[in-house]
Amino acid sequence: MAAEGTASEAVGGGVRLARARESDSLWHEAWRRFRRHRLAMVGATVLAVMIAAVVTGPLVYRVAINEIDFKAKLEAPSRVHPFGTDDLGQDLLARILYGGRISLTVGLTAMLIAISIGTALGALAGYLGGMVDHVLMRITDLFLSLPQLPLLLLIVYLFRDTLRKTLGPEAGVFVLIVAVIGGLRWMPVARLVRAQFLSLREKEFVEAARGLGATPLRQVLGHILPNATGPVIVAGSLDVAAAIIAESSLSFLGLGFPPDIPTWGRILFDAKDTLDFAPHWALLPGTAIFLTVLSINYIGDGLRDALDPRRVLGR
Amino acid sequence: MAVPALVGISLVLFTVLALAPGDPFEELATNPNVPAEVRQNLRVQFGLDDPVPVRYVRWLTSMVRGDWGFSFVSRVSVDALILQRLPTTLFVLGSAQLLGLLIALPVGIFSAVRPYSLFDQVATTLAFIGFSLPTFFTGLLFILLFSIYLDWLPFIYRSDIDASGLRWMWESLKQGLMPIAVLGLFQGASLTRFTRSAVLDVIRLDYVTTARAKGLSEGATIVKHVVRNALIPVVTLVALQVPAVFTGAVITEQIFRVPGIGSLLIGAILSNDTPVVMAITFVFSCLVVLFNLIADVIYGWLDPRISYR
Repeated sequence: MAAEGTASEAVGGGVRLARARESDSLWHEAWRRFRRHRLAMVGATVLAVMIAAVVTGPLVYRVAINEIDFKAKLEAPSRVHPFGTDDLGQDLLARILYGGRISLTVGLTAMLIAISIGTALGALAGYLGGMVDHVLMRITDLFLSLPQLPLLLLIVYLFRDTLRKTLGPEAGVFVLIVAVIGGLRWMPVARLVRAQFLSLREKEFVEAARGLGATPLRQVLGHILPNATGPVIVAGSLDVAAAIIAESSLSFLGLGFPPDIPTWGRILFDAKDTLDFAPHWALLPGTAIFLTVLSINYIGDGLRDALDPRRVLGR
Repeated sequence: MAVPALVGISLVLFTVLALAPGDPFEELATNPNVPAEVRQNLRVQFGLDDPVPVRYVRWLTSMVRGDWGFSFVSRVSVDALILQRLPTTLFVLGSAQLLGLLIALPVGIFSAVRPYSLFDQVATTLAFIGFSLPTFFTGLLFILLFSIYLDWLPFIYRSDIDASGLRWMWESLKQGLMPIAVLGLFQGASLTRFTRSAVLDVIRLDYVTTARAKGLSEGATIVKHVVRNALIPVVTLVALQVPAVFTGAVITEQIFRVPGIGSLLIGAILSNDTPVVMAITFVFSCLVVLFNLIADVIYGWLDPRISYR
């Protein structure tokens, strides 16, 4: 369907209107299929609620994240502190809301980086083929066989202090973590995009565009890439979840954000030694990570069903 | 195929290290008891001021010769340190992978044979939850449940159990149970999903219908005809997931304080012990390449159409 849509554009401007309606109905169709996936809808709702909570929460719930109160330390959830407090008596609801902002932003930004690198390299390899393809795919294979977490730990540890000095504590660690997570996760996207390009560049509508004198850039951006977005969106959604887990893992090992920036993983790291008498401290951020990741994975599953027509036919 | 991969990995590792700011002798520099010329001599002795390509070639040759240098912190040679920790890690990882496969294969195959049945729906949902639960959270949940509330299992792994014979085996099994279960369940969850879809892909093919039509029992059709072909992509995935398993291993070793190379790595990173960090990352990479090689061999055995020339 998408192929015909773009093909008609290549024929001339006269059918632009028809194309607009058709591509409109294409996304409409995808949305219809996505809605049928009940758990994906539940996931989307849960995620929407969590995003709304971390965005508006700190504006409504005005408790400082770093107000130390030793009289109220390690308290279980109560009316004053709905999520309880940690070992310094800091309010956990405020900290979890704040941490959610960072964890979600890290996830989204790292995903965007991974997708950009992956799409660019995959498109280059798939469109140009030959030697470029060969070299790029060997590099992809090489990156795939790197042990991710050890390397992540190594890079974060080696570069943390320098970046913190140049960009400030928060921004430095954020840039570093996002860049490293994104920079180590682009390989599946590159492979997907390359495979799509390899088959799409031989299709008639691309040939038509080429015959009409479209520049390579226009062929790629206007004709091939729009038809390769489906798998990229699916991979991207799953990358958000993976990036959130990666950031939490780093923070959980004590090598992510510094203690004054309470991301979900960092709160878990601080909480793990008092599991026996303050289980709420670890359970709440852990549940937040779990719910976010589960929702995103279900959304990814729904998107796969919605955007990949073959899978639906297969059922 | 394996050698260029290793060279590539070593290049990446070395580049990261060479680009990194910071000096392994930084601590000596702030120590007033160490005179400047001693520090300078050390730098020359370790060749820290040589150009990067020279350092890389020297590092790689000594790496290949098995001469991995000495830990900055404990003054023990790095290979001794790693060899001492590696068996524990491989034991936990191997058992976890085995547990994952023992769960994933039967559950995945049974789910695919009866798709959309009650069993399938429960299994797919549990698998989905299982691989959405990060290992560090499952680990904490297990400690909370089995060590704190039920008090069944110890939550700290000890390598020096003062018992022998059956009692020793029982104690080591008991302390290994939680780390293995955490990793194994996580692996099992994603493998179950993958096995299910691999079997589903194969079970619809014509040759399976033929097998049924010639009067083969359902069990024989599934085991001899479907599973063997469906396993091919599963084997690839098991090998491709080895890097991910190491990630899980580093985290579980940290949670349960398992004295493996994962916790050695974290300790070395925290104490700026560069030779140990580099060697462990290299060992992890070698293991990844090794498992890819094993997967290729099994692949050829499962699928006679593939030949290696």
